[in-house]
Order: sequence, then structure tokens, then C-alpha cells
Amino acid sequence: MKKFAAMLTAFTMALGLTACGSGNAAGADNAFHLGTIGPLTGQNAIYGEAVANGAKVAVEEINAMGGVQFVLESKDDAADPETSVNAYHNLLDNGMQVLVSPTTTACAIEVSTHVYEDRVFMLTPSASAPDVTAGKDNVFQVCFTDPNLGLGAADYMAEHMPEAKIGVLYRSDDAYSQGVRDTFMTQAKKNNLNVLYEGSFTEDTSTNFEVQLTSARAAGVDLMFIPIYFQPASVVLNQAKAMGYAPTFFGVDGLDGLLTMENFDVSVAEGVMLMTPFAANAGDERTENFVKKYKEEFGSVPNQFAADAYDAVYIVKEALEKAGCTPDQTHQELCEALLKTMPELKVDGLTGKGLTWKANGEVSKDPLAVEIRSGEYVPVA
Amino acid sequence: MEQKKKSTSGRMKKLLRGDGLTYFAVTAAFLVMTLLNQNGMLKRSVAGLLVPICCYMSLAVSLNLTVGILGELSLGHAGFMCVGAFSAVVVSGYFSELVPNPAFRLAAAMIAGAVCAAVIGVLVGMPVLKLHGDYLAIVTLAFGQIIKEVVGCLFVGYDSKGMHMVLNLRGGKTLEDLHLQEGGTAIIKGAQGAVGTETIATFTAGFVLVILTLVVVLNLMHSRHGRAIMALRDNLVAAESVGINTTRYKLKAFVLSAALAGAAGALYGLNYSSLQSAKFDFNTSILILVFVVLGGLGNIRGSLISAAALTVLPELLREFDQYWKLVYALVLIAVMLASNNQHVKSTVDRLRSRFRLKKEAA
Amino acid sequence: MEFLAYLISGISLGSVYAIIALGYTMVYGIAKMLNFAHGDVIMVGGYISFCAMQSLGFSAFPSVLLAMLVCTMLGVVIEALAYKPLRSAAPLAVLITAIGVSNLLQNAAMLIWKAAPRVYTPVVSGSMQLFDGKLKVSYISLLTIAACLVIMAALMLFTGKTRIGKAMRACAEDRGAAELMGINVNATVSLTFAIGSGLAAIAGVLLCSFSGTLMPTTGSMPGIKAFTAAVFGGIGSIPGAFLGGLLLGVIESLAQAYITSTMANSIVFCVLIAVLLVRPAGLLGKYVPEKV
Repeated sequence: MKKFAAMLTAFTMALGLTACGSGNAAGADNAFHLGTIGPLTGQNAIYGEAVANGAKVAVEEINAMGGVQFVLESKDDAADPETSVNAYHNLLDNGMQVLVSPTTTACAIEVSTHVYEDRVFMLTPSASAPDVTAGKDNVFQVCFTDPNLGLGAADYMAEHMPEAKIGVLYRSDDAYSQGVRDTFMTQAKKNNLNVLYEGSFTEDTSTNFEVQLTSARAAGVDLMFIPIYFQPASVVLNQAKAMGYAPTFFGVDGLDGLLTMENFDVSVAEGVMLMTPFAANAGDERTENFVKKYKEEFGSVPNQFAADAYDAVYIVKEALEKAGCTPDQTHQELCEALLKTMPELKVDGLTGKGLTWKANGEVSKDPLAVEIRSGEYVPVA
Repeated sequence: MEQKKKSTSGRMKKLLRGDGLTYFAVTAAFLVMTLLNQNGMLKRSVAGLLVPICCYMSLAVSLNLTVGILGELSLGHAGFMCVGAFSAVVVSGYFSELVPNPAFRLAAAMIAGAVCAAVIGVLVGMPVLKLHGDYLAIVTLAFGQIIKEVVGCLFVGYDSKGMHMVLNLRGGKTLEDLHLQEGGTAIIKGAQGAVGTETIATFTAGFVLVILTLVVVLNLMHSRHGRAIMALRDNLVAAESVGINTTRYKLKAFVLSAALAGAAGALYGLNYSSLQSAKFDFNTSILILVFVVLGGLGNIRGSLISAAALTVLPELLREFDQYWKLVYALVLIAVMLASNNQHVKSTVDRLRSRFRLKKEAA
Repeated sequence: MEFLAYLISGISLGSVYAIIALGYTMVYGIAKMLNFAHGDVIMVGGYISFCAMQSLGFSAFPSVLLAMLVCTMLGVVIEALAYKPLRSAAPLAVLITAIGVSNLLQNAAMLIWKAAPRVYTPVVSGSMQLFDGKLKVSYISLLTIAACLVIMAALMLFTGKTRIGKAMRACAEDRGAAELMGINVNATVSLTFAIGSGLAAIAGVLLCSFSGTLMPTTGSMPGIKAFTAAVFGGIGSIPGAFLGGLLLGVIESLAQAYITSTMANSIVFCVLIAVLLVRPAGLLGKYVPEKV
């Protein structure tokens, strides 16, 4: 047994050490090497897959257009920061020059410190915490930050439903949910909103919300703010319906993807409001094209993660073109060029028109408030 | 008289040879890796794994102390790792101005991590060690989950006034409740965990940790205390009847195991700038348990080897894209079946005895 | 009034845990192994019934039967390939192998059915109104509790009165002696796994109907909680698993409602620890003194 284990180790170590190199290779085959990192396995696999797929659609389109060419490599991190760093190193070893990732916040924060030291340009499509870009000049975001969402939601409510009796249901062990809820509560206090109930759940208790819904009903809540992802949201909606409790549900961008859940009864989501950058049923040509291509290749309707990733790749392309970069430059050179170009860039994407960036990496993008009516997003003021 | 001396020194020699080989192998591996790393000859992915491998090696050996040597199944080891990691982050953050030298700070943080984990070990051990078998296992699992959740509610920060700490047990508090002054820094932010930690962990520190763990555990095994602990594992009733204080020795082993896990967790925590308590869940405890069982219960060298191999394996399996976890699971099952297969065992024994005969004949 | 609602919610949740715990405790009691893959067999049951209802258009009852059939076969295959060769090995080795099997099932499910979560239509919908509609008890909860009681009674009858059941109890008590008495231990253990997996399929259908969602990781956390419930009630004891599951659900619900929803899990575990300290063999477990 020991011998077996020893042999296994020797084998793995030998494999690991082969092809030693410092991994600083430039794109020798005339294409820029892009890397994405995201959870392709585990509980959050839907989001990682969406990012990888969205990026893939963009890369295929761009390559077909001629001009700037990309080679895309996607690695799994199972939403674990430790694995994410390993994935990042792996990508660098394989010659990655620009990072369009990671997908989840915790992983992005971790990788961003390495990226800052190694001087690799990082544009994350979906990691939304402000800590991702804080203090790093070469990290940018495509999605809006969590505080922005919480603020936006509270302001919207103050403007349109100031008398509402508000309840909050968030996931307390998730950085995204907690981040949005924190700023929402702070802004709600400033706006003198009437928050009657606050309930939370953890990953371990995310299958049963009857207790929280009952408490909210008892407190008289008629507007539930749910800064959570669409999967637990579907459970909340179904259970509320079964209980006969029908407040207005208000969510943020994590809810996107709700309507396209397999076997989801869209009538349950009637009247749900959310703030999202992307609507798969938007009428414009670019979105329709994207949705069609995505459906053909991957068999499902894309959600905002995929759209953000698609935009991210296009943003990188425009930045590279504007900075006049060539594939034979090292990732350090590309990084320096791109970080100067980003604040001067203005891009029209699927997730927003006229996107611009501040030097600190945050995108200036206004979330769009929509209401779900008959299974479609309808923009509201 | 002479005969007795010879047999004692022969036994000591055998022990020393076994342990000596382990120390030698670890030191040699460290030197080789450092050399390769300094000359830029290591791939980034390998270089990035050096510190985690040291942490997991130490964790595996410390868990082996509880599971292999004391003989009690512990499913909450990640909880001690968690305590060690977060206390180290707090200490390192708080002393970042007073102790600018990163090596000293790392050492202080690791000691702090070990001490905090040991304290928790005592608190957990006292009720836990009254139970047996699967009931003990469940209680350790329970404690592991509780520790994870409590740490996930912590808000810690410091400013000119000192350290502030808030426990967000009912879910109503935010970062504001820390009431930090201007220029204060938040070290731990609840579920978001520790963000922006200065990563002062080094491979050398990892090497020192592994050697220290080995020294502690191997010496314990060969000492009177170690024999008492192993007696508890082999036959509790007989040990008690011989007069061994079961509670004291059980607690000793458990707390020591916790302290070592805390030190390893401290190094782990200071290797990543972003750390969430959700990482230290049941799955991580199971991961370490797999290292221990695969390496052999009570087999310290085996724990080192399996911890290293199983940490490197997922990275090597990246070739398989999203099939890698499937392959990993299959490899795990195959290795467990093979190592317990009678045929394989008898073949290995035969080869070993043949090798021994050859040696004796020479 | 809210208290009743919380209590009923807790009992519904608890009954789902109880059904899973029954399978755990049965396998542990007889095969003396903690089958960590149980939660994932439940997940497979959920997926099979989902596919049967969605793609094949079966109604509820045949879907459940199909799921039971597939899961039973799966359980037998897993037992034959992964657990039987390790019958004589240390219990920890089997535990680790079970973890490997659990990972395998989860990732195979992810590859076959993709990671996207699906909404699971409950096999029965609607709820019973009490107190003029102020209190609603869903039919799924009632079905789960009923199924629990029926399964519990059936298992107790089976192990108590039938020959095979008695053989199972004999294997649980002393495997060596059972073998000497002419009982085919291998067949008995395989049958135990088969029954356990069949129960897991039912549990899967009910769990998914209760929570309304289905993902490859659906079985993982309920599996751990049910394992806790089984130990809580006294591992190896069938009524103990039932009681443990119900209590766990109720405590979780009430803790979420009255104390804190962020730490509800921890409170449940604290209660578990407290109870085990007072009754070291679980609520209904028999404390077997060690014979020298």
C-alpha cells in the first residue's frame, strides 16, 4: 500500500514537473490567449458554465469577423478560492495573456491580488463585490457592484413605493447577498423606508422558507426584497404561492435566469420585479442574435452571466484594438496598455449602452428595473 | 546484560531509521523544490501548490493523531483549521504596523492560531471525548459546523482605539456596527470573510510547520504518553484497568491534534488574501480524512505522501475538463479497493519478504 | 397561530429527514456501515422520477415506481462493486469508499443532466385548510408523514416477523454467528442495500416535491442532516430514526423562527450535542456496555 502510494506520488510529481517553464510565453500563433475561470462543477456550476459559454460565443463571432483573433481556455474552480488560484496559475502556464474572470466574488478577490502582482489584465464579467477592484489598477468589472445594486433598489423603492411595508430575505453566508443587503439596509434607513422584517437563510437551510415567509406575513410585509440567486428564489416563490401569501417580490440581478428554469411555472413569477442588466427577450438585434446562437450551441436560453461574459470579451477586443496591441506582446505589456485604455473606452454591450469605466475599475452602468408580466420582462420607469 | 543492550539499541536504531528516513525525505524534497523554484524552473501551478501542500500534510498528520493513533473518528477537523486561519489573520492584521517583519509576524500568527485552536480543542474535547464511535464522530461533525457558522458571523476590525469585534448572531448587524474610526481597517467581514489579507506565508514556513508537526507527533508516538494513547485505541477497558487515565490522555491527543491543525490553518489563512469560513465545512474535513485513510491509519509517512499526492492530483486532472471530478472519484474508489484487496496485499507482502531475504542473504 | 404554522412546517421538514434517516439507519444497523452515498442515491431517484414525469409523460405513481426500480438496481450494483470487496476491511476504508461513490454519483449526475437546477413539480399539490384558511398544511407534508409511518411499520414488521427480516437482525447482532447458523450473509447485506436504495428513491421524490427544486447537489445536505437525525435517535433503531428526523426538523424550524435564522443549523447541532451528552446512545438507542 505504501509502495503504491509512493509510486503514485512519484508519478504525479514527475508529470507535474515536466515542461518546466516560467510560463511567460506570448501568443505565438497570432491570437490573443484569453482565459476564463469559473465553477464548472459543484453547486454554482450554472454560473461558471454560463460565463464560459457566453465567452465562447463571443470568441467564435470575433474570430469569424477576421481582425483580432482569440484563443479561449476555460478552467474550473468549483467556486473555491484555493482552486481558483491553481486554475489561474495553470492558465498562465498555458500562455494566457488576458483574464476574463473569475466568475464568483470570493475567487475574484483572491485571484485579483495575484493578477495585480503578476501584472495581468483582469476583466471580470460577474464578480461584483467592490473588494475585487479595490486598490488594484489592472482589475475591471463588467457587472455592477453589490453596493450599487442595494443602493439602486432602495432608491427605486423610495421613489416608487415609499409607503410599502418591506421585508428582506437574504442569504447570510453568501458575500453577494450579504453585500447587497447591507447597502440596501443603510440606504433604506436614509430614505426612511419601512422595513418591518428581516430574515435570512444559509446554504444548509436553503430548501425551506416557510418559516421566514410565515414571519414576514405575520409582520404585515407586502414588499419582499430578495437579493438572492434565482434557484432559491424559485423555491421562495413556489412556497409563498402554496402558502397563499402574495407580496410583491423585488430582486436584483441574481434573479435573472428564473424564467428559463426548466419546468418553472412562470405564472408564479407574475409581478416579480428585478433589477437586471440583461433581458433575453429584448427586441434588439444583437440580443436576439446572441440568444439564438447560444441556444443553438448550448441548448438553453442565456442568463445575464452569459451576457456579461459576452460583453467582457467584446470589451477586451475593443480595448486591444484601441491600444493597438499585438498578440506577440507579453501579458505585462498588454496589461499596461489596456489599463490605460479602459478609462477612455465607451462600449455598447448586451448589458448596457455606453459603458464606461472609472480608473478604479468600476463600471458606470445603470441597472434596469423590470417587472415580470406573462413570463416576460417589462421595463418599468 | 550485553544481549539486552544490543536489543534496545537495535530497536532504537530501527525507530530512528524509520523516522530518520521521513525527516530526510521531507528535508530533501524541500531543498529540491526551493532550488528549482529559485531558478525559475518550476511551473507556476506547481510553485503555487507548495504552501497548500505543506498545510495539508500537517493537517493529515494531525488528524492521523486523532484517528490513527487515538483511534477516534473526527469529522470536524476543518473547524480547528478554521479557528487557526482566522485568528492568524486577525493577529497578522493587527500587528501589521507594530511588527513589520513578515517572518516574525507569520510565526506569531501561527502560534496564535495553534493556541486558539488548542483552546477550542479543550472546549470541544471535554464533552466529545465522553462518547464513543459514531456518536463521537457525529458530535465532532456538529462542532465543526458550529465553528464554521460562528466564525462566519464574526466582524473584526481595528483602528486607533484598538480591536473591535462584533458577533452577528441574529443576522441584523453590518460592518457599521463595528464603529470603526477613520483610518480603521476591517479584517473580517462576516460571511465575506477576511479580505485583503497580506499573504505572508512562505514555503520555508511550511517546511518548518511540517517538520515541527513530525517532531511532535513522532516523538509522542514513541514516548510513554504515546504508548498510553495507543493503548486506549487498542483496548479501552484493558487500558483503564491498568490505571491509564483515559480522559487525560484522550484530551491530550485531541488538543494536540487541534493545535497542530490550528497552526496549519494559520499558514493556510495567510496564504490567501481572501478567506471565507464556508471553505472549512464538512467537505474539507472529509478531504483531510481521505488523506489519512489513504495513507494508512497510524502511518505518518503515508499521510505525508497521500496529502501531497491528492493535492497535486486534481491539478493534473485538469486535462479532463469537467470530467475531472468524476475521474478523481474513480481514482479514489480504485485506490481504496486496491489497497484493501487481498490479492494486492499478498503480492506486496511476498515482494517485501523476498526483498528482505535477499538483504539478509547478502 | 404562527407557532402552529412553524410547528407544522417543522414537522413537514422533519418527516423528509426521517424518511432519509430510515434508510441510513437500516443500512447501518445491518451492514454496519455509514453509507454516505445514500443522499446521492436520493438525488438520482429525484432525477429519474423527474425525467419520467417530464420527458416520458408518466403520472406520479409510475414515476415513483420507476425511480424505485432504478435506485434499487443502482444500490445493488454499488454494493457489489464498491462495498462487498471491502467487507472484511476496516470500517473507515468503507467510509472513504462511500465518499468516493457519493462524489461519483454527484458528478455523473452533473454530466448526464447538466448543472442547471430544475423545478420539481410536487407529486401532489394543494393544501388542506384549517382554522378558516389561516393555517395551511400542504398535502405533500401529509403524504410524507403518512409514507414515513407506513414505511416504519412495514420495516418493523419485516424485520420482526419474516424469516428474511430475522436473518437481517441476526446479521446485525453477530455476523459470525449468523453465518455459522447457515444464513447467507452476503445475500442478506445485498438485500439490505436494495431495500435501503428503494426507500431512498421514495425519499428523493418526496424531498424534491417538498423543496420544489432539483440539482445534482440536492441530496448532499439532507443526507448529512438525516445522518445526524439517525444518530440523534439512536443509530440502528428504526423508530429512533423517525423520532430523530422529526425532532431535527421541528428544532430547525423553531430556531429559525424564534431565535435566529443565520445560526439555525448551529442551534440544531447544539441541541444534538446536549442530548447525546445526556443519552450517549441517542434518544432511543440501546447503550450496549462493553463486555470484556
